Amino acid sequence: MRGAFVRTLVEIAAEDRRVVLLTGDLGYMALEPFVERCPDRFFNVGVAEQNMVGVATGLAEAGFIPFVYSIDPFAVLRPYEFIRNGPIAHRLPARIVGIGGGFEYGPQGQSHHGLEDLAVMRIHPELTVVAPADHLQTVTALRATWDRPGPVYYRLGKDDRTTVPGLEGRFTLGRAECLRAGADVVLVTVGSVAVEAAAAVDTLVARGVDAGLLVVASLQPAPVADLIAALRRAPLCVTVEAHYFSGGLGSLVAEVIAEEQLACRLVRCGVRRGPDGVSGSQSWLHHSHGLSNAALVDAVLGARDRSV
Amino acid sequence: MSVASATSSARPQGAVSARAIRRIVLEQSKRANVGHIGSALSVADVIAALYDRVLNLPGPTHPDRDRFILSKGHAALALYAALALRGWLTTDQLDTYCGDGSHLGVHPEHVVPGVDFAIGSLGHGLSYGAGAALAARLQGTQRRAFVLISDGECNEGSVWEAAMFAAHHRLSSLIAIIDLNGQQAFGYTDEVLSLSPMAGRWRAFGWDVVEVDGHDVAGLARTIAGLDTTSGPPHMLVARTVFGKGVSFMESQIKWHYSPMSDGEYRQALDEIDAEER
Repeated sequence: MRGAFVRTLVEIAAEDRRVVLLTGDLGYMALEPFVERCPDRFFNVGVAEQNMVGVATGLAEAGFIPFVYSIDPFAVLRPYEFIRNGPIAHRLPARIVGIGGGFEYGPQGQSHHGLEDLAVMRIHPELTVVAPADHLQTVTALRATWDRPGPVYYRLGKDDRTTVPGLEGRFTLGRAECLRAGADVVLVTVGSVAVEAAAAVDTLVARGVDAGLLVVASLQPAPVADLIAALRRAPLCVTVEAHYFSGGLGSLVAEVIAEEQLACRLVRCGVRRGPDGVSGSQSWLHHSHGLSNAALVDAVLGARDRSV
Repeated sequence: MSVASATSSARPQGAVSARAIRRIVLEQSKRANVGHIGSALSVADVIAALYDRVLNLPGPTHPDRDRFILSKGHAALALYAALALRGWLTTDQLDTYCGDGSHLGVHPEHVVPGVDFAIGSLGHGLSYGAGAALAARLQGTQRRAFVLISDGECNEGSVWEAAMFAAHHRLSSLIAIIDLNGQQAFGYTDEVLSLSPMAGRWRAFGWDVVEVDGHDVAGLARTIAGLDTTSGPPHMLVARTVFGKGVSFMESQIKWHYSPMSDGEYRQALDEIDAEER
């Protein structure tokens, strides 16, 4: 996604002089295409994320569209108050780009894992929150949202090879992508862990469970109508996110189910324990937190057994 | 001069006096029964110099207006007074200060004409100013960005992030002013977290530093006019000020960071402001 983001941003920047890229000293071996094509609009501001967002606010007020780039928690949590008081409060078109949402920086440890970003970003009514599931959807989502009025948060992964089968890069702001309708259970997922959810759906279908799959890349505006349509007749919904189980996609779906009085039962698969000093690869961490293909299949089957 | 006459119409340059700002600060603080009076009095002369003699402001939304960021947002009443004296706020609007549904709160909101950036949390303004100055450079314009910060605000690490950035990029059109009154909310700066030597710290960060009397309107304007805002480093005016300046019982008293005035204090304060001018 990171490579797709930079390639697309270079194309956009070639078309529009308002685009500026700021990084907090990260993006080595990733941002070089932008640096080469637009050296006068690239600023490595140093390891100073608060100032990065503050500078972006000043640039946006003067008519620029600044993208600020860092690893997910450094882009979101360190300068969170600057994001709140700057682009959000002023409704300015700054773009916060958090790389490696979830466990993409696996062995780097808990400091680098992005497990809170969707929660703290989607609570702001004026902030668009976009979290593509793969690199193809990253291109479409960036193209669809880069020049929106007001601020945007992009949660991006590092993986530029894996794709979610059947998604084909589709993205519409405020909509979810339904990859398969399901009468027994609907899995709703966000971000790069979507490939695990998609694999789990395939396994479930092969075992005779009519499982559906909904990919949510537009967290805000939330795809409320699509969630209602997908969940109205489903007895069970399982949300899948590499994020704390509270505040993110699972909570969004819970809000929709409750407010719309849907009869659907909800199981939230997400991170349920705090940092314990143990790290590993992304796939190992997914499995450890119940987010691997196999773990998700077990969760769905277990939930169905309990429902019977 | 009454507030009404001061704000009845759009006024020409030259009408924003420190005395008129102080009077509005006292009148509105009393009417709304709120504090932050000492902070607003501390910056009244700096604000007067900027709005009377320095800022190039063809209009509140003109793209090439100089930007002004009141990073010590708790002194917003002094800014509102200047905007009223300029004719960008009416007396009626000013009289909504701290009222229900008003845009004029204790801290400035950018929806107010003439307020370029909303401020409330310390440590944000210098980064905004650095971005504004960088934008001007990228757009090839001569407009400047002015940021008024407090000495206590320099406790915030983000101030020094911005200081490094502005110096590294030699943002010569960025002019910051420190209201060096030696006080912060809960004590004197030397006792809370020492900032001395203030000028030396900014010089060490690569800024062009000038130490000035923060109550000398003409001197402030003269100093700013002499700055090179087209090349070289960013500028820091370390403005020595007296907290609560102009009201004897408020001067250098921590209490007047938050306290509102009694009726007797209000009368005495007005008398002293008026007497000072004679």
